[in-house]
Amino acid sequence: MEQLKLQNNNIDKLSKQQMNIVVIGHVDHGKSTVIGRLMADTDSLPQGKLEDVKNRCAKNARPFEYAFLLDALKDEQSQGITIDSARCFFRSQKREYIIIDAPGHIEFLKNMISGAARAEAALLVIDAKEGVRENSRRHGYLLGMLGIKQVAVCVNKMDIVSYSQETFESIKNEYLKFLGQIGVKPTYVLPLSAREGDNITRISNNMPWYRGPTVLETVDNFVKEPEPINMPFRFPVQDIYKFTEAGDDRRIIAGRIETGNISVGDKIVFLPSGKQSRIATIESFNTPVQTEAHAGQSTGFTLDEQIYLQPGELMCRADEPPAKVGTHLKVNVFWMGRQPMVKNKRYKIKLGAVRMPVWLTEIITVLDASELTTDSNRRQIERHDVAECVLETLKPIAFDLSETIAQTGRFVIIDNYEIAGGGVILGSAEKATNRIIEHVRQREKRWERSGITPEARALKYKQHSTLVLICGPAELGKKELAKSLEENLFNSGRMVYYLGLSNSLSGVDINENIERDEHIRRIGEISHLFTDAGLILITTISDLDDYELETIIALNQPNDCRVVNIGPNRFSRAQIDLQMDDLNDMDQAIATIKELLTKKKYLIEYYL
Amino acid sequence: MDRLEALESQSIFILREAYRSFKSLVMLWSIGKDSTVLLWLARKAFIGHVPFPLMHIDTMYKIPKMIEYRDRFALEWKLNLIVGKNINALEAKETFPDGKLNRLECCAALKSEALKHTLSGDWPRWVLDHSTGGFVKQESGEPFTGVIVGARADEEGSRSKERYFSPRDKHNEWDVGDQPPELWNQFKTDFAPGTHVRIHPLLDWTELNIWEYIDRENIPIIDIYFDHGNGKRYRSLGCWPCTSPVDSNAKNVKDVIEELRSGKFSNIAERSGREQDKEDGCGLETLRRDGYM
Repeated sequence: MEQLKLQNNNIDKLSKQQMNIVVIGHVDHGKSTVIGRLMADTDSLPQGKLEDVKNRCAKNARPFEYAFLLDALKDEQSQGITIDSARCFFRSQKREYIIIDAPGHIEFLKNMISGAARAEAALLVIDAKEGVRENSRRHGYLLGMLGIKQVAVCVNKMDIVSYSQETFESIKNEYLKFLGQIGVKPTYVLPLSAREGDNITRISNNMPWYRGPTVLETVDNFVKEPEPINMPFRFPVQDIYKFTEAGDDRRIIAGRIETGNISVGDKIVFLPSGKQSRIATIESFNTPVQTEAHAGQSTGFTLDEQIYLQPGELMCRADEPPAKVGTHLKVNVFWMGRQPMVKNKRYKIKLGAVRMPVWLTEIITVLDASELTTDSNRRQIERHDVAECVLETLKPIAFDLSETIAQTGRFVIIDNYEIAGGGVILGSAEKATNRIIEHVRQREKRWERSGITPEARALKYKQHSTLVLICGPAELGKKELAKSLEENLFNSGRMVYYLGLSNSLSGVDINENIERDEHIRRIGEISHLFTDAGLILITTISDLDDYELETIIALNQPNDCRVVNIGPNRFSRAQIDLQMDDLNDMDQAIATIKELLTKKKYLIEYYL
Repeated sequence: MDRLEALESQSIFILREAYRSFKSLVMLWSIGKDSTVLLWLARKAFIGHVPFPLMHIDTMYKIPKMIEYRDRFALEWKLNLIVGKNINALEAKETFPDGKLNRLECCAALKSEALKHTLSGDWPRWVLDHSTGGFVKQESGEPFTGVIVGARADEEGSRSKERYFSPRDKHNEWDVGDQPPELWNQFKTDFAPGTHVRIHPLLDWTELNIWEYIDRENIPIIDIYFDHGNGKRYRSLGCWPCTSPVDSNAKNVKDVIEELRSGKFSNIAERSGREQDKEDGCGLETLRRDGYM
């Protein structure tokens, strides 16, 4: 003890390496006690804390426990269990640690997951008397999913089983067998008694059959994984900054480099849009000029060529293997939500910087992580289940398989404002169809039409119906154009209607808080009605992207859609019918659109 | 990456995540070392800018040098500074030690209450006018839904259980037992109307890390943290009636770091000079559940 104190005082003056370790296991198996003891025996507690807690126990006539050092919250002291993951700071001779005390009670699994997901290595604690229990196994399984590769198993409370080697070996064998089934190989399995201080920081004489290492040595022997600098470059675009009002004209692409490295001048590609550019500068504040950046850094870039980007794109290097792009993901999900995960319900996926609506489309198997039993006939995913399933995102997203690049191969699911699930991507599950195409197919099957054919309507109205979609960035006068166009066509005898965004919002929708994609969907459905009735429908939508445009075109089918773009064309793939850089001459713009409509035979001339 | 680089990167990531997710965002600035480091990190995250307002809750019992320092750097760094205070309690002298309140009650009135009502916008806010250097009173304002706070997990027990993004309900209350999960740097950025979220970018920093970073970045920190020759300095800042300087000869940042690493404070808790923590067994937790920072 004296010696340890001395060593601690001689700690290297430089800022040292730091590692996050989580302590997990079944409830009451002594996780908090292990940490409390480790901190006390390495002299890592603030002065007076130990005495303080001991005095408080004496005052309340309760036996002192090392766990009280950690379970600082009132609820926890009275119930004697850990409710939430707590961080404890401690340092060995080798490095600094944040030890995360994770709760073992099933009720607090989401707290355990929050704690474990921050860790680089884990100590899994098993009670020698109780042996391997449900959450010993469940926690062990989840470690693998959370991406924690290093784990050591601590068989605690050896004093209660008279330090029996036989008991230890039996638990060790049982648990190693379980870990073997899920492909986890622990660094060590060690017997200890946290309460008595056996094998915590020094080898215990009570177990002469065990030669080490101690818990402290085990922790120091975990290997600090280097930053993934040599993997393909992945930079989720978190945001795009332009602080023009503060007199700053830089347009900065901000985010954190998950893997790989990049230098000024490197050619890059953004996914899913496929847009390309080059790194012009690496931006930072209060640092020397940087020409290189690598994994782990939160940084910012300016680009050679100004391209229109939105948060959620994934920046990759053009000379490296790109990420995958798709809407259908085969995944492994663990569910923490109070409500089960069900099909046909809109959730939100957060993957890197992506935030997007997502649906559960198929459940392949559901696993009970504590028993490793599977069920292939489940209709929904219950709380604490682990399920292999297929998810469909609203629009294509960029991702990697978790076995290739873990950082961009995992995600969380939001249900009703809460993170309700987490998962890893096993593969891509692309299909020729999607939710919209499937919907239109079903709709056309059910849609009952009268004997009046589209041709009959065209003859009667002297026009072929179409949707005229005016898009482009906001505030360029699109609405004025749409209204003037409607008036012009109306005055020349056409069957025409202008559908404004606000019209659609207040007329059809009661709830003003609808999401943009739902709004797009409704515009598509409304367009279908009007164009089916033989009208020329004019509408405007700002900042439409490729997928939104494809959705509207699909929903409006089998009727036509003509796209007029005002201002910079930000589509990557979409074919537009008319491009106008500005609306300075409104009459000319209207004439040009009418020319298009005439040429494409929507406006049938009277004399024909 | 070394320890400080890793901490800095994570804090910047959190700040940017907050800025992306919350339309109505504010950062609390207590003038102390932690929230000043936080402010510096915001300038790092937004490449020299601070694109949201800073809020200082003034109890009017602050050590006077703190106010001088606040106004000087708010002007120099072009900060949008909002000051809030509990005018009613101050005018009625319902405070400590002037009034009948004990230390905890005083904290609740001058800090927690003032904070709650200034955040929600139902009490007046005093906004710094950069053209005059004075403050302009605003009778009411929009509520803030994202509040960035410089709490550190190593300060005391209840803070060690905080999330980076921690929801507070309509009454500013913190449900410790039912906190949202956080994994793989995905935080709670979705919230129901009427609730707000506290954001803690400094959760993983220790007191020592803070000082090492101040040293590395050369951040101009308020000088009452240093001994000016009388063998005393402040280790933690607060209101003068409840905050005592500690005995120390640390005259600059390097001395403070030395003192924390291997010197007299290497194992003495930082808040040992803060009296309100000692009023009952779990003083700070009681305050925090009720909205204290």
